[in-house]
Amino acid sequence: MNGLNVKFGYRDNFLGDIRPVDELIAEYTVLDGGKAVINAGAMKHKEVNDVLREVALRGAFEITVNNVYGQRYIGTRLVLPREYKPVKIVINNFPGNDLGMFLKGHQIIVNGNAQDGVGNTMDDGEIIVHGRAGDVVAMSVRGGKVFIRDNVGYRAAIHMKQYKEKLPVLVVGGTAQDFLGEYMAGGIVMLLGLNLRESEPHRANYIGTGMHGGVIYLRGTVEQHQLGKEVGVRNLDDADREIVATYVKKYCEHFGGNAEEILKGNFIKLLPVSLRPYGKIYAY
Amino acid sequence: MYSYLLPEFTIERSEDKCIRCRVCERQCANKVHEYDEDLNKIFSSNELCVGCQRCVALCPTNALYVHPRVYDYRPNSSWTRDKVQNLKKQAETGGVILTGSGNDKPYRIYWDHLVLNASQVTNPSIDPLREPMELKTFLGRKPDTLEITFEEGKASLKSQLNPNVPIKTPLVFSAMSYGAISYQAYKSLAMAAKEFGTLFNTGEGGLPEHMREEFGGNAIVQCASGRFGVDSDYLNSAQIIEIKIGQGAKPGIGGHLPGEKVSANIAETRMIPMGTDALSPAPQHDIYSIEDLSMLIYALKEATNYEKPVSVKIAAVHNVAAIASGIVRAGADIVAIDGIRGGTGAAPLATRDNVGIPMELALAAVDKRLREEGIRHKCSVLAAGGIRCSADAIKAIALGADAVYIGTAALVAMGCTLCHKCYTGKCNWGICTQDPFLTKRLNPEITSQKLVNLLKGWSHEIQEMLGGMGINAIESLRGNREHLRGVGLEEWELNVLGVKGAGE
Ligand code: SF4
Ligand code: SF4
Repeated sequence: MNGLNVKFGYRDNFLGDIRPVDELIAEYTVLDGGKAVINAGAMKHKEVNDVLREVALRGAFEITVNNVYGQRYIGTRLVLPREYKPVKIVINNFPGNDLGMFLKGHQIIVNGNAQDGVGNTMDDGEIIVHGRAGDVVAMSVRGGKVFIRDNVGYRAAIHMKQYKEKLPVLVVGGTAQDFLGEYMAGGIVMLLGLNLRESEPHRANYIGTGMHGGVIYLRGTVEQHQLGKEVGVRNLDDADREIVATYVKKYCEHFGGNAEEILKGNFIKLLPVSLRPYGKIYAY
Repeated sequence: MYSYLLPEFTIERSEDKCIRCRVCERQCANKVHEYDEDLNKIFSSNELCVGCQRCVALCPTNALYVHPRVYDYRPNSSWTRDKVQNLKKQAETGGVILTGSGNDKPYRIYWDHLVLNASQVTNPSIDPLREPMELKTFLGRKPDTLEITFEEGKASLKSQLNPNVPIKTPLVFSAMSYGAISYQAYKSLAMAAKEFGTLFNTGEGGLPEHMREEFGGNAIVQCASGRFGVDSDYLNSAQIIEIKIGQGAKPGIGGHLPGEKVSANIAETRMIPMGTDALSPAPQHDIYSIEDLSMLIYALKEATNYEKPVSVKIAAVHNVAAIASGIVRAGADIVAIDGIRGGTGAAPLATRDNVGIPMELALAAVDKRLREEGIRHKCSVLAAGGIRCSADAIKAIALGADAVYIGTAALVAMGCTLCHKCYTGKCNWGICTQDPFLTKRLNPEITSQKLVNLLKGWSHEIQEMLGGMGINAIESLRGNREHLRGVGLEEWELNVLGVKGAGE
């Protein structure tokens, strides 16, 4: 017993000992018109997001967050009233899981590595990571763009979707681990393989398992056995090449590099062979 | 069609009563009845009939009689008719047998073995018609303690309260998505919840934008593995957000709305292109552990500025009590438990009929475990799956539920006759279909009134039974097993339920 009527201890890692937002702003934030600098060094997950939301509501639209060390959900709570314009957030250096989850139109730039769940179920906006990212990057995203300079972990772009004008894009400079594009239902994934050695193949298995929409552009090589059985391999046509060029150029704008050199590489296109991969397994 | 299957129903038409109005022909989407002009006679193809009784109910002269055809093969308790027929279907297709609605196998229904108490002599019963009788229920996390400060004779609350959602009766419509059911049925649920002051659950098919302003205040929205239609506007439009981990009718497996059902409106609500399959993976791929669940719970709280309770719905399975404890510790404000008799729009028959445990046992085990750990107040418990009447509901509350989810009961109120063919998309009652010719059979203005009547009738009955026990607020009954006794139950069952046998 801990004095309250709770046995075996009960700790709330998120809501315990949260300091008032005004106190945090006074102590750790410099707010200067549209600009704000937050020192997140001593803040909990929720505190960082409390402060972010508050400075955005007070009119900041260029926000730098320093000393970030694993705090989660950065950007998630920025569901601002309609009259507010999207915010640009620069994170130094290491945001925690679910960075920009449900993100609604803002831009997040990370000067460092990101953890799992970058852009989870994102709606719109842009996330640019100057480093690597963990598992389930861009899971279930429906819109917006995610650029990762280096590698990503398992299950990137799983269940990515698209709808009408909403077309999500994930560009990964390096390579990915297994289950890339699993259940993918829409959107564009690009895997550039820039950190692979000459003729070194991508290592991911089960690429596009259950894929029933969208497209994966892959620079470099994969063997047939690395692909899900729902996936077909094609060469790029002119329209594809245009799309690839657009996003390679974007990638180079963000991270440097020579777009023309990259585009000289060998690209293939992976797409689903059926929009109804599981249409025939039932007896009515 | 299959080659050697025997019809499951027999249709009898009294020729002398039939006036050849052809109502039956128009009403049956399975195309059972057909009028032959030359002979001026209606013919019926028994093998197409699913026994939904639509034609019977609408025949103006009561000329029709549709009844189950007796077991035609040699009687056999092991090889029952459906075992034999399903085998024949599979032999022809190699497919997974699909079904709809809830488990119809004769697992013990514990509600029918639990009886309620009433006051006699030693304490007075209460008459709800003349005395206040509170059914209002608050869903959400309650504080550990209440700190109150007094300043100049004025008391004020110092403890921070978690968001709670009040409902006027402990009856909530369970998750039925737009897509699984028709827009008319979906809207009827929303209208009834609003009128009566309770909640409906959107399931994972989204909440159409034009309904958000009017019905968001009575909506529980789901965030499930498909993440269909989930964005911050959707989450913020509702009262409660529910993470769907599992469903009683199909624990452990995902969902699959076939492309044919993804019409333009459904596509818009789910935010996917028209005609594509809407696949809900079995797990949520950002949740492989309690820690991951916690992460999603707080992600949803972040996305809604900590203003809304987050519920986690699981299917009742073997270690449900430990799982529920983990869910509460992960930060959930509500735990919803869906038992083996919970319904579905489509599920593999093998799973529906064989996976999971009865909700009564699960509910009692969860309530007991959370109490033992001293964290019962940290969540509300919603019990779902097989609540058929007000007595089931009140017994569930005495076993530890804060409120119950009603799904199948609501569908029956709207017209469903439990034909179990929800997955065919040809529901003659306009509920589980997207065919406009069929859906227009439901008029939300009328159907919602039926649902309101259901809530009204059940609420009155609950008040009567509460009064009989001498209790004047539903809160005082919650988890109050002294008011339950078991009849015809084994010792272990009484132990799990935590109730005494009758007479004890
Ligand atoms: S399926 Fe329903 S409507 Fe059609 S014949 Fe059978 S009972 Fe009548
Ligand atoms: S609805 Fe009844 S009266 Fe009309 S055609 Fe059918 S059986 Fe005959």
